[in-house]
Amino acid sequence: MLVDFNFRVILEYLPLFLTGLRSTFFIAIVSIALALITGIIACSCRISGIKFIKYPAIAYIEIVRSTPLLVQIYFLYFGLPTLGLKIPEIQTGILALMLNSGAYMAEIIRAGINSVDEGQIEAGISSGLNYVQRMRLIILPQALGVTIPPLLGQNIVLVKDSALLSLISVMELTRCGQTMTSERFMPTEAFLTVAFFYMCIYFCLKALADWSQRKLIFREAY
Amino acid sequence: MEIFPFFLKGLWMTSKIGFISLVTCTLIGFILGIFRSSDSTILKRMVGVYVAFVRGTPFVVQIFIVFFILPEWGVQLEAFSAALLAMAIMGSAFICEIVAGGINSIPKGQWEAATSAGLNRIQQLRLVIIPQAMKVILPPLVGQYVLLIKDTSVVSVIGIMELTRVGWVTVVRIPEGLMVFTLVGFLYFIISYPLILLSNYLEKKMAV
Repeated sequence: MLVDFNFRVILEYLPLFLTGLRSTFFIAIVSIALALITGIIACSCRISGIKFIKYPAIAYIEIVRSTPLLVQIYFLYFGLPTLGLKIPEIQTGILALMLNSGAYMAEIIRAGINSVDEGQIEAGISSGLNYVQRMRLIILPQALGVTIPPLLGQNIVLVKDSALLSLISVMELTRCGQTMTSERFMPTEAFLTVAFFYMCIYFCLKALADWSQRKLIFREAY
Repeated sequence: MEIFPFFLKGLWMTSKIGFISLVTCTLIGFILGIFRSSDSTILKRMVGVYVAFVRGTPFVVQIFIVFFILPEWGVQLEAFSAALLAMAIMGSAFICEIVAGGINSIPKGQWEAATSAGLNRIQQLRLVIIPQAMKVILPPLVGQYVLLIKDTSVVSVIGIMELTRVGWVTVVRIPEGLMVFTLVGFLYFIISYPLILLSNYLEKKMAV
């Protein structure tokens, strides 16, 4: 089984894997930043009282959440060229990840805002604060604490989801494993190495998420 | 329009894989979840390592590991059984965590009361703990089902002719990317949206 595990090949392909790792990092960081912005915008549209922007936001969130990411990636990858938009695969991939995670982040933020007690809002109203002030001074500071741990969890999901970009030939970590498999036909070495790198990222992010959970969630104890 | 029967075939395949893996994942997930919340440290650790591996790696990589590596170790699998195996490995780890969380949320007093009522370990779980834990388990479980159904799209990478693969094959012949994948997305929507609504409903209903 693992007796003839060939470390020399892995060492030989290490530069490739490191490029892949860097690419995965790049994709993840850019997508996380963009998804957060999308999520905040979608969430503010979702909770606003104006029907004209509320319903499109609901439609966006529900459609994204009920279709697979792979279908969304293919939709953009095969769909954008038919509209005359020719953009590189990596940008298509980042766009897909941004739209996908943005919808989940919008729901996480909304759950955080809803978790603030009704009495807090009433107290805000009776002390004469307007909507923006209530949001800024009362709701958001409290919502932030409950929002950050699940947002970090969503980042873990996003990093793993970025593996799907290998299917539209973006040269990231998983794609490196596929390349090595097709060149040397050593799937065991290739994919276990890929899995190892993902596990490293996972454990770092998980430690961060757990730490933030311990630091922030205790506020709920009141 | 003439390719529509082709899509229905894909939908059937997706539902078949989805249904089989939901059932197997739930069964294995419950067993592992009970192990994970048990007092035995060894069992807990072993399940913990398994869960960490599954949660730490992308599902595509897991599929590749099952499909390409198992044959090297002498286990020959055709694409369909490899897909089901990968789904079972992935899904049961997530369900295991949900079940363990539910069981751990039950206060210790319930266990003690069940012990002093003379129930053995299996009776305690079956009659006292699980029925109460179901309240905590059910909403995220249904949410996980949605994720599992969506994840069946990934098994298209090893050539299973399910919905996503059908879309991919079609788009290679007919360059109408937007239309084809809108249709594929719509068919997924039909399956998973009712489950999302069910999950939301359960969450509201089970919240005390």
